[in-house]
Amino acid sequence: MATATMTPPTEMPQAQPRIASLDEESRTWLVRLRCSGPAQDAAVAELHALLLRAARFELNRRRGELAQLRGEERDDLAQQSADDALMAILAKLPDFRGESRFTTWAYKFALFEAGVKARRRAWQRREVPVEDKAWAALAEAGRSPHGRVEDSELISALRAEIEAALSERQRRVLVAVTLNGVPIDVLAERLGSTRGALYKTLHDARRKLRAGLEDRGFDIDGGGEEEI
Amino acid sequence: MSDASNRHRERLLGRVLGPSAPELSCEECFAELDRYAELTLAGSDADARVPGMRAHLEGCPACNEDLQALLALLASDSPSG
Repeated sequence: MATATMTPPTEMPQAQPRIASLDEESRTWLVRLRCSGPAQDAAVAELHALLLRAARFELNRRRGELAQLRGEERDDLAQQSADDALMAILAKLPDFRGESRFTTWAYKFALFEAGVKARRRAWQRREVPVEDKAWAALAEAGRSPHGRVEDSELISALRAEIEAALSERQRRVLVAVTLNGVPIDVLAERLGSTRGALYKTLHDARRKLRAGLEDRGFDIDGGGEEEI
Repeated sequence: MSDASNRHRERLLGRVLGPSAPELSCEECFAELDRYAELTLAGSDADARVPGMRAHLEGCPACNEDLQALLALLASDSPSG
């Protein structure tokens, strides 16, 4: 377990985020985690158990996409998630602002770790789809015997903007995540990046596409029924 | 065009073009996730209290899944859950 190698905090962090306004349970957690010796060890072990329960909860919720995993492999994933979450929480303890219960704040780290690990495990032996599939989906969306002309024009313009206006990396990220359904955490791992960095790339690409379509005269959001 | 076909096209365009409103980054979303979840479960106007969160959740499936997981776990923890 990660606690074996944990370095206890040697001093109280400078920022004491409104500790007096915390609910009693959250305050107790902080006091116990910030002390030293056996009391801190006990608090860390208790926190790990809480995180492990959260990770198991999430992996159980995702058991459909992890059907290829045996029970013990899934539990190993939960243990890894709890270990990583614990490390992150102890490093970020000074950041806890007391705007939720401490346990809610702690849970999100375990759920994040479990979610990322589950997505990556589910895609472990899968290739990221090639772009051809994405173009087919886009073309299909704009092609219908009863479809309106402007729908087809919009889809054609969108494809033209994707090809012309985006950088290679923006196009790769946008197509993989939005058209081919590759989880952003999986793509981040394959590209040696992070969710946040790739989402920024995706966000910038979307802004370019919106601006390009508006330059072509499409009213993307204002048209309601008339457009999208 | 059929309703199903319309919905498919709208979902596809929504995924590609993302939200039009200003949105938080993934890092900002993660920082607010616990507060947003508790506000949501308390019936408070979480979207008004955390501007930019709703738009980000619409644009980022991974962050949205994290929120759904947290809501589900908190619901299971509650006495009525």
